[in-house]
Amino acid sequence: MEPGERRLIEALRAGDESAFMTLTGEYGPMMLRVALMYVSTRAVAEEVVQEAWIGVLKGIGRFEGRSSLKTWIFRILTNTAKTRAQREGRSVPFSALASGEADGEAVDPDRFLGDGERFAGHWGAPPRRWGPEERLVSAEAQQVNDASIERLPPAQAAVITMRDVEGLDAEEVCNALDLTETNQRVLLHRARSKVRQALEEYMQ
Amino acid sequence: MRLDRELTCAQLVEVITDYLEGALAPVDVERVEEHLVFCDGCTTYLEQMRATVAMAGRLRAEDIPPELQERLLGTFREWRRL
Ligand SMILES: [Zn+2]
Repeated sequence: MEPGERRLIEALRAGDESAFMTLTGEYGPMMLRVALMYVSTRAVAEEVVQEAWIGVLKGIGRFEGRSSLKTWIFRILTNTAKTRAQREGRSVPFSALASGEADGEAVDPDRFLGDGERFAGHWGAPPRRWGPEERLVSAEAQQVNDASIERLPPAQAAVITMRDVEGLDAEEVCNALDLTETNQRVLLHRARSKVRQALEEYMQ
Repeated sequence: MRLDRELTCAQLVEVITDYLEGALAPVDVERVEEHLVFCDGCTTYLEQMRATVAMAGRLRAEDIPPELQERLLGTFREWRRL
């Protein structure tokens, strides 16, 4: 366990309010997004997050650090969310949700040359370079990026948020969401492909 | 997954995440890179995927809704009293 994390855990056990605020501030938004994959409304998702924190506080005394604190917290969250979804009568298992989101193409097939052509499967309408750099780092482009993540189906949104926005590694996301490596990668691929597409439309 | 010896662009865009994630077999990495050498379209596509990932990383982390933070704090204080 890294020293910073150990200090945080000890502070939490000791009832340190600012340690708790730091943790909830850091993970809360991501927890809400993950909870929204399982339950139907924002209000219920907030309740799930609250319930998960109760679980965290109850368990923190016994937490041994075999996984990272973050992974452990997200495990508690997904378990809480699943239980709540079942009570709500929404017992769609996440794996089913995830595989339902795995279909589709990264790029519109019409942009590639058709079977009869000499270079079938190669670009007919290739992407054009995105310049200038200033446009790409503009607040407006950032908004396009943000909005396109918001529009993704819930499992894709959760995976791209955890991986690319929050910077968790693949293993952490697989553990937290109970996904296979392949499934995680497929969801990430679908998500990134759609966000790229949205940016391309904006940059043109 | 095993890739054809000669990749098409349509195939490359579907394995690009596996490529970026280091999930391709070495022989398939070579195939992707051979394709990229002569294909401007796919080279641009790869640049755009990298830019897309970088942009997501620049998203300002959302703030936790204040009323939720308030509620959580209440939960915490209750727990501390136990
Ligand atoms: Zn190509």
